[in-house]
Amino acid sequence: MGITFRKETFRDDFTFKNSPEHIRRFPFPFHEDSYMYAVNIEPHVLGPKGSVLETLIDVDEHYVAEMQDRALVLAEDPLRCQSLPHMTLAGWDLLELLMEQQALGYPEHFTLTRDGDRWRWINRPLGIDDSFTFGDVSTLPYGPMEYITRQSQGDFCILDQRDGNLWMDAGMVTTQADWSLDFDIGMNFFEWHAPVPLAHEKGIFVRALKFLTNIQQGKPARRLNWTMTINPRLDTSPENYHKWGPDRTTVTPENVGDKVHLRVELQSFWRLPRSNGIVFPIRCYLIKMDELVTQPKWARRLHRVIRDLPEELANYKGLTRYRATLVEWLSKLDDGSPTSPGFGPD
Amino acid sequence: MSTGTTKLDVVVSDVVPVNELVTRFHFRRRDGQLLPTFSGGAHVVVEMRDGERTRLNPYSLMGSPLDTREYTISVRRDDAGRGGSLFMHRHVRPGMEMVISYPVNLFSLDLRARKHLMLAGGIGITPFMAQTAQLAAEGGNFELHYTCRTASLGTYADVLKERYDRRVRLYHDDRDERIELDRLLSSQPLGTHLYVCGPSGMIGWVRDRAAALGWPTETVHFEHFAAPQPGAPFDVTLALSGKSIRVGEQQSLLEAIEAAGVDPPYLCRGGVCGQCETNVIAHDGKFIHNDHWLSEEEHRSCKKIMPCVSRFEGRSLVLER
Repeated sequence: MGITFRKETFRDDFTFKNSPEHIRRFPFPFHEDSYMYAVNIEPHVLGPKGSVLETLIDVDEHYVAEMQDRALVLAEDPLRCQSLPHMTLAGWDLLELLMEQQALGYPEHFTLTRDGDRWRWINRPLGIDDSFTFGDVSTLPYGPMEYITRQSQGDFCILDQRDGNLWMDAGMVTTQADWSLDFDIGMNFFEWHAPVPLAHEKGIFVRALKFLTNIQQGKPARRLNWTMTINPRLDTSPENYHKWGPDRTTVTPENVGDKVHLRVELQSFWRLPRSNGIVFPIRCYLIKMDELVTQPKWARRLHRVIRDLPEELANYKGLTRYRATLVEWLSKLDDGSPTSPGFGPD
Repeated sequence: MSTGTTKLDVVVSDVVPVNELVTRFHFRRRDGQLLPTFSGGAHVVVEMRDGERTRLNPYSLMGSPLDTREYTISVRRDDAGRGGSLFMHRHVRPGMEMVISYPVNLFSLDLRARKHLMLAGGIGITPFMAQTAQLAAEGGNFELHYTCRTASLGTYADVLKERYDRRVRLYHDDRDERIELDRLLSSQPLGTHLYVCGPSGMIGWVRDRAAALGWPTETVHFEHFAAPQPGAPFDVTLALSGKSIRVGEQQSLLEAIEAAGVDPPYLCRGGVCGQCETNVIAHDGKFIHNDHWLSEEEHRSCKKIMPCVSRFEGRSLVLER
């Protein structure tokens, strides 16, 4: 049967919505009624049917609209996609990974045929049918990383591993939560995490780096991260802060349900075979409060999490201006009854 | 979570004697599929069922990373070793089913390098076989200096000469040919990275000279898997699992822990990757540290041990396992 792709926008009139099935599969990130940083990394293995983990690279009803939004971002700002000269081989690794995974998970939408280094890639939702030579950049319309990430949901950072550290040396970043590839390119793991509060004191980054540099081929890992966004805007970049920053002053008790979105990142980590680099897909899922509170457990739990969030974290996540309004709105949906363990809706 | 590797079920597709000490083994997947792609410098851990014992030895992949129909490793027979290489030479035959790990690369090329300068000693040539194949296919700039005892023990010297001609320079100990290391290290273009694999004396010599001549440490790469050394048996208490074990003369501490049914994570089993690092809870005696992972300060602190290669002499040792 296949996915019915929605026609929708992530800017201007903001027509983005989740279907009822997609609300239930939303990767709600809180397994208990409070939140603090932890090294919440686990093996990236298949999850239950009907969840975003049904495949390891998830394609959903927003695929076509997200790819159109990415093309708009790139047309305005080509520096959202960068690859340092030594990262081309890693780009081919990523192209192979994404083509294989998308074709495996969604054969009705994607087909990959390989005959040695002669490859043919069919992407039906985007109307693409290209034959090319694997490893030969001149046979594709873009570099390998840009080519495949214009056809894959989520941002992608490719990290070079050397000197016991990871280096942000390539990426396609157009759906980010207020960070910039152009700013971070070439930085190492500690440099690009420097702005994150509290976590350094806990030694989290030292342990996380140790874990990531030991990620093995065939054994990807994942974690969830979250923030909140006003309006369903994918591109909340520092470069466009003037467009979305002021949105945070527009939240009122009347429009919370429609304007405030929980933004969840499913981050995964994969060892790349030829380059020995790591690719770090950051897949963004958005859900507006009106949609989220259709699941009473999530409404109660989100109220408690946002209410009790430490001040530094609320600031870092940019919630400060509308936090009180949001907590007040959510409090009406929290009768104080207990929530069941685990992430999923009841 | 465990950070070990996934296993591959393989069949030995060929066994080829290369010279009087070295034999090459070819593996294919039992299900006929392609093997995982790998990068030059990667190794696999080969599981050997030797009677009651399971031996797990790391070997560099030496085939071209572009051809994943089969993996090849070369094993140098070590008559004084603990028996892994002898098992490979004496018992492994074409058609035998074996289990190997997914490839792991702890000796990766730095792809930023403008030039790759490679120094190999003896069987240390094997990772460079794959790295040169990878670089040659991409038009990469490399130069290989390879020292061996005699021409007949110059494993793959002929193959490398034929493939890469003037990019390979050979040195034979029996003809008193020596790498002019200082001259070589002083005459490299900006952006050169140095790679060395061979006996520990050679690695130490090259690293020392490179440091003395001002090479930044980030540009000097080396791979030295220590083989676990035999030693006097010793007793260990595993505090978490509540077990008491004895480490035999020919056994490594890691192997003894595994034989007791406790499985610490590992990747290299040669004191390099850091996975099996173990906390010491109490001890009365002396550590024999053989790893390249812990710092000298950590060695002196007696608070950690790498059970894959290090041993202990004394009355009692309690580990957090």
